[in-house]
Amino acid sequence: MTVEEAGLIYRTTKEIRGPILFVEGVKDVAYDEVVRVTTPTGYEAIGSVLDVSKDWALVQVFGDTSGLDLDVSIRFTGETLKIPVSDELIGRIFSGSFEPLDGMPRPLSTDERDIHGGVINPAARDVPSEFIQTGISAIDGMNSLVRGQKLPIFSESGLPHNRLAAQIARQATIPGREEEFAIVFAAMGIKHEEAEFFREEFEKTGALSKSVMILNLADDPPIERLVTPRIAQTIAEYLAFDLDMHVLVILTDMTNYAEALRSISIAREEIPTRKGYPGYLYSDLATIYERAGRIKGKKGSITLMPILTMPGGDITHPVPDLTGYITEGQLILQRDLYLRGIYPPMNVLPSLSRLMKDGIGEGKTRKDHADVSNQLYMAYAEGIRARGLVRIVGVVGLSERERRYLEFADEFERRFVNQGYYENRSIEETLDIAWDLLAMLPEEDLIRVREAYIKEFHPKYRGKRVE
Amino acid sequence: MSLVGTIERINGSLVVARFEKEPKIGDLVEVGDLRLMGEIVRLSEKTAYIQCYETTSGLRPGEPVLDTGKPLVAELGPGLMGTIVDGVERSEVKLWEIAGPFVTRGIHIPPLDREKRWSFEPKAKPGDRVVEGDIIGVVQETPYFQHRILVPLGVRGVIESVERGDFTVEETVATLRTPWGERRELRMMQTWPVRRPRPYKERLPLEKPLITGQRVIDTFFPVAKGGAACIPGGFGTGKTVMLQQISKWADADVIVLIGCGERGNEMADVVTHFPELTDPRTGRRLIERTVIIANVSNMPVSAREASIYMGVTLAEYYRDQGYDVAVMADSTSRWAEALRDLSGRLEEIPAERGFPAYLADRIAEIYERAGRVITLGSGKRVGSVTILGAVSPPGGDFSEPVTTHTLRFVGAFWALDTELAFRRHFPAINWLRSFTRYLDVASRWWSQYERDWERLRERALGLLEEASEIEETARIIGEKALPDEQRLVLLIAEMIREGFLVQNAFHEVDTYCEAEKQARMLRALMEFYDRVEPLVRKGIPIERIRELPIIPELMRLKERRGLDPIEEVLREMEKQVRKLEEEYEEVCR
Repeated sequence: MTVEEAGLIYRTTKEIRGPILFVEGVKDVAYDEVVRVTTPTGYEAIGSVLDVSKDWALVQVFGDTSGLDLDVSIRFTGETLKIPVSDELIGRIFSGSFEPLDGMPRPLSTDERDIHGGVINPAARDVPSEFIQTGISAIDGMNSLVRGQKLPIFSESGLPHNRLAAQIARQATIPGREEEFAIVFAAMGIKHEEAEFFREEFEKTGALSKSVMILNLADDPPIERLVTPRIAQTIAEYLAFDLDMHVLVILTDMTNYAEALRSISIAREEIPTRKGYPGYLYSDLATIYERAGRIKGKKGSITLMPILTMPGGDITHPVPDLTGYITEGQLILQRDLYLRGIYPPMNVLPSLSRLMKDGIGEGKTRKDHADVSNQLYMAYAEGIRARGLVRIVGVVGLSERERRYLEFADEFERRFVNQGYYENRSIEETLDIAWDLLAMLPEEDLIRVREAYIKEFHPKYRGKRVE
Repeated sequence: MSLVGTIERINGSLVVARFEKEPKIGDLVEVGDLRLMGEIVRLSEKTAYIQCYETTSGLRPGEPVLDTGKPLVAELGPGLMGTIVDGVERSEVKLWEIAGPFVTRGIHIPPLDREKRWSFEPKAKPGDRVVEGDIIGVVQETPYFQHRILVPLGVRGVIESVERGDFTVEETVATLRTPWGERRELRMMQTWPVRRPRPYKERLPLEKPLITGQRVIDTFFPVAKGGAACIPGGFGTGKTVMLQQISKWADADVIVLIGCGERGNEMADVVTHFPELTDPRTGRRLIERTVIIANVSNMPVSAREASIYMGVTLAEYYRDQGYDVAVMADSTSRWAEALRDLSGRLEEIPAERGFPAYLADRIAEIYERAGRVITLGSGKRVGSVTILGAVSPPGGDFSEPVTTHTLRFVGAFWALDTELAFRRHFPAINWLRSFTRYLDVASRWWSQYERDWERLRERALGLLEEASEIEETARIIGEKALPDEQRLVLLIAEMIREGFLVQNAFHEVDTYCEAEKQARMLRALMEFYDRVEPLVRKGIPIERIRELPIIPELMRLKERRGLDPIEEVLREMEKQVRKLEEEYEEVCR
């Protein structure tokens, strides 16, 4: 028994099932309490109590349980899982369970925060309404991001979602203001090279000095992924609501997180719902995502961008599906666009930003923004429909109108969606490109744009005004 | 007298406790040293299974559990209009004041403000014989809403005294003597167990549609006051915006908006934007007739379960005062998930997709609380509760249990469609899949604006259906290969879709469309069809029709205020069509 650290130690594990230990004879253990697991060989991991009765406890271990035997010693710490927070966390790199990876000492602080955080009282929430210019037309023009929003990227393996996230992190600004974002980056089960890509990107742009990285990589213990995003959000909350910073949180890849949750659920023999995922996947994801936002009377904000790969590109898979029900929209990357050389390969039709309406318009972006975006959606959808027809009846079978929309869709992808990795377009540039494209269509087709805006922004009339 | 028990086990939101004497099922309990709120959901002799409404993190076996001996009740009385409460009716604004911006556990505050004084104006006088449900007085709770204070259930007698002036909800505003000679003090506050429907005298047939100002609903798939509707849709199909639109514009007297396991930012949006809106009918601020129950997705699931019952109970209470109440529940799927979660922890044998076998019964129980009734009390006061429930089917698949079971118990079904949402066709209600069983009720009402309403609606829907069949063909042979009559149907269908069905919630005029304008707009579109159809049959090419400058004008009627533009456009249409006709006759000659 160690003297310097508090808590009772038990060696009464009766069963190990995957990441779950069944410990008997325990006394006075709290639900959700943190345990430290140590093997005779010196391997250490943390865990937490999942289910507890008067004389037994079920413990999930966030480390590697493959080498454990029943002789493992379990120390109940009497605390829930907490991390020390201070401004010294900025610029640091940690493992998925908050061990330093940058060769520097463990952070110390008297201010410790529970990683599960609290629930922001809905009455205390401020409505996110400040437009973030990402410099990417497909986002700014069609699915605008606002401060305090949670907007995930739904992608597939092999698509450039990391590049897109890095570009957003690099370019995101509030037009007219020189505030930069602090970045909290959490990796769950991604490859070394992917993590390295982000580190280099942040280093190049100087973002590293105002970012915190929490890395659980592909070869790290999978169950550790259950705490990684929560640590990230806890740090983000501290930076945003204690230090008044505007924080952008990137969580990648949430599918790996959900798989870790599933393995715990299966080990507990819970009744699975779809694809083996537990029925509480929605609520569990919500406890991570919902921590983003703004609070009345606080300066800072948390904007959340989870990235998840849809297995088989299936958007109805439980992870993207339930994520979409919690987040305020989604950005969807699609392989066929990528193959045609479009970057970012974003399919704007199923993409959505629910908070866009509060962040755009006069005084924020431009008054025609909402109408223009609506009209682009309608016209592009029309063009995509025509593209489907071409496969059956050929271009000759199309009506003149359909042909026009087909051409519009092609140009829209080529000129509006497509842009460079280092191309940073202002919102005015984005909207001007949009009008150039809309000018390809007959004016009477622009039914979703108010007439006054057509008169003011349509290139035809603007040409006149110059004369 | 309250019982004390001891915690035996904690498994998420489920706490098992052992009592010395058997408690009652449904009892509200205080769990642990933190005194967290919970409810007994199962009993096995002296062992109680408790669903805890607050996070159980840190609880230990051995901590005490206090049985309050009372079930979960709603406090009913003035003080809820325009406020935001959590799933167990605690004011979230108060919680914020007490505990800061993050929700803190174990805070016990009474739902109704005990300090606030309300100006009570008596309606009964000493000597009046009153029964349960009679109005003894009124309080102007907000400029919009007059709160009627009722004789509580199970109480009757002769009024002995009645006050006038400012009182708190706990002070006596009247006394009466019961037939048994007892003296009873009446207060403005009463309580009611949320899981028990409030009684009424008689159920009435439904009479009027709930007018929402949303064209696709009012004209095509209306819901009756006292009816129920189900709104399923995958994410991004606009369930929430639609429910918010209805809460803003529906012609109900009271709106109860339940955010059940949904986004915090959306609740903030309602709280922030509702106070800015005024009712087009009364000019009053809409927030003054709205009660918001906000139980966001990262709050404990068990409180979600309670929030729906809480909302419906409040609605019934306002109904009993003689009001038309509309309840919006967003989303009932999250509520069903809470049932599933608890059922799983209780180790019950699941039926479909892990949901308990009693899911259908629970859904039925809730929707059956909708209705139009003669309330208790001596007069013939009529009130109604309309329930609109959003459903979030996983993967947008309508064959899942919550959607299918809900469909059995509602009269209107507004199927939200992902394809339409992608095209930004909002509200994304699919006109081919949706239905309403309240057509009779609606036709009777609509005939005041449009004698032939039912036929007009049928023709328009018929055209839309025909168009979708023609589109199927067009997909194979191309639109150009279709006969012009069919291409005209496609054109008219597009005009109905874009000019009528699509409604922009964020457009200053289009956000609300009054009933008369809806009827006239639809008639105008159909008149256009009737006018040009013979022309096409005579051989005027569809391209010439398509080019008529009046078409975009017809489709923009929705953006123009009032009825005059409709007449104007119709006159202009007549001119243009006649011109085309003449030109054609010229050519023929």
